Amino acid sequence: MNRKTRVAPALLVAIAASAAAACHKPAPPPAPVQAVNQDSIDAANRAREDSMRAEQARRDSIARAEADAARMKAEREAAINEMKATLAQPVYFAFDSDALSDSSQATLDKKLAIMNGNPSLRIRVEGNTDARGSDEYNMALGQRRAASAKRYLTQHGIDDSRIDIISYGEERPVASGNDEASYAQNRRDNFVITAGADQLQPVATQ
Amino acid sequence: MIRQTIRIATLSCVLAVAAWPAYAQDSTQKGVHIGLTYQPGTKPGVVVLPVGGAWGDSVQAIIARDLDFSDRIEIIGQPGTSAALAVQQASDSGRNVGSGLWKTLGAAAVVQANMTPTGVHFVLQDVAAGRQAQAADAALPTPQGSAAWRLAVHQVSDEIERWITGTRGIAATRVLYVNDSRIYLIDSDGADVRAITSGATALSPAWDSDGRHIAYSQFDEQGTRVMVGDLVTGQARTLATGGLNITPTFSPDGKSIVYAHGKENGTDLMLADPFSNRPATQITVGRGTDNVSPSFSPDGRRIAFTSGRAGHPEVYVVDADGSNAELLTPFNFGDQNYRSNPDWSPDGRQVAFQSRINGEFQIMTITLRDRSVKQLTSEGRNEDPSWAPDGRHLVFTSTRTGAKELFVLDVESGRVRQLTHSGGSRLAAWSPMLGRAP
Repeated sequence: MNRKTRVAPALLVAIAASAAAACHKPAPPPAPVQAVNQDSIDAANRAREDSMRAEQARRDSIARAEADAARMKAEREAAINEMKATLAQPVYFAFDSDALSDSSQATLDKKLAIMNGNPSLRIRVEGNTDARGSDEYNMALGQRRAASAKRYLTQHGIDDSRIDIISYGEERPVASGNDEASYAQNRRDNFVITAGADQLQPVATQ
Repeated sequence: MIRQTIRIATLSCVLAVAAWPAYAQDSTQKGVHIGLTYQPGTKPGVVVLPVGGAWGDSVQAIIARDLDFSDRIEIIGQPGTSAALAVQQASDSGRNVGSGLWKTLGAAAVVQANMTPTGVHFVLQDVAAGRQAQAADAALPTPQGSAAWRLAVHQVSDEIERWITGTRGIAATRVLYVNDSRIYLIDSDGADVRAITSGATALSPAWDSDGRHIAYSQFDEQGTRVMVGDLVTGQARTLATGGLNITPTFSPDGKSIVYAHGKENGTDLMLADPFSNRPATQITVGRGTDNVSPSFSPDGRRIAFTSGRAGHPEVYVVDADGSNAELLTPFNFGDQNYRSNPDWSPDGRQVAFQSRINGEFQIMTITLRDRSVKQLTSEGRNEDPSWAPDGRHLVFTSTRTGAKELFVLDVESGRVRQLTHSGGSRLAAWSPMLGRAP
């Protein structure tokens, strides 16, 4: 269809009026087309703007919901990552000792809350030593350190079957220096999640 | 319990010469007493003449080095010494043992070897008496230069040492040790380093008295297991698993293994049958303390071990059935020192161990009879002593040159030589005499 054959109704009215005026005198050149029915134009524009606003509102609403969901997801992920970090936080020991200090117990208390709120969570405690003692005796000392943390957790209500322990003795140091700062970093229990990491639910920690 | 069988490196070629070679003694020498008088504390001078024929140079070098490493004999004319040229000239000018040349060089005996189609013919000349004192033949397996061939040459050295000193040498022995995460084997003279294990980190190797079976511990994220390996078949099986299972040692009769087992309430010594699945029995009652690193007395009746039962590690002795535990190493209450890793000497008279002095471990011995203690090292950190079958040499870990290496100490003369040059070598275990019929 030829595009020019379609004419707006307001324009047809204007053409008819100028045709009537042309009956008693020679027809002047056609006047430039003016919008004569402002009301209908306004109505049409209002309708269009209303629909655009509604569409925008709808889009804004979706975006807000998406942003909320993303924020909640991020917050949840951050909370879960923080829980994982809390679970992984090492516990440190004095030389040739498996005794849990007050700060070690505080560290374990935070793990307790997470484990209580996540019954499917299982962990492995890995006992480690510095390199100053006997290589062989240190394997046993690391075992005692891992057992020490496990005992604390089970005595506070965690089921025995949820915690495995292992000793790496002095075989897996995190610091290689021959100074007290390095030794202190190596005298530690590491904590590894062995099951339930993907079902972690955020819990309120003190 | 999963009992898996894994592969370790085989040494079947090495142990193919399992029977002690029956040296064909020279008939004319039968009943002749060794012409040399060996006095402990003095080292008779011995010349090892150049050996002609293919591989003769190697045979001469190995024998001379073995006799030198025995620390009972002074080798005259070692390459690089002032006597080397004189020995060469004396050798070239004729091998008449009556020649005054040898006396001038201070030699009490001359070792003369000749390659034969099947091995080597070797002779000991007594310089003072001006005659042949001993002679024998030894078969050497092929190929020349192989581990089995070298072991056979070491046996020749050990026999020559017996001729000279009355005591068999220990050249035909090897040392198991840990480097990085694997167990290695090295000849007593530092040759032929071979990896035995692969995979999970291995620790604490130990020999069976047959020189064929070994035990060790191996750990990964799943746990720490005691393994028993066979150097001939190359097979290893899990003896103990579940919790911590470390520091195995064979009883002198090879019928038992004692190792340390820990779960959640300390670590105790257990007794097990190395070749069956019978349940292990507990020896020590540590009540939550650590009891590790056992070492049998040579009669198999007692076990020395490290225990933390007094609040810090000390060396204790217990009867093999678990009764009569007593403190071996002396300490005063409040003493926060650290004594561990005992190894009972082959003559049963003393126990070597490590003791922390000024923050570093040093090797010590303590006699069973009067509990007298002797410090044997002072340079660097020195630990994990293991006796050679002669009860005179110890192999141990030392940081005296930087990284951990194995060193051999002659307890009588104090002479030390470096055995490994690999960096990070530790936890050595000296073999029994190898290649001899049980």
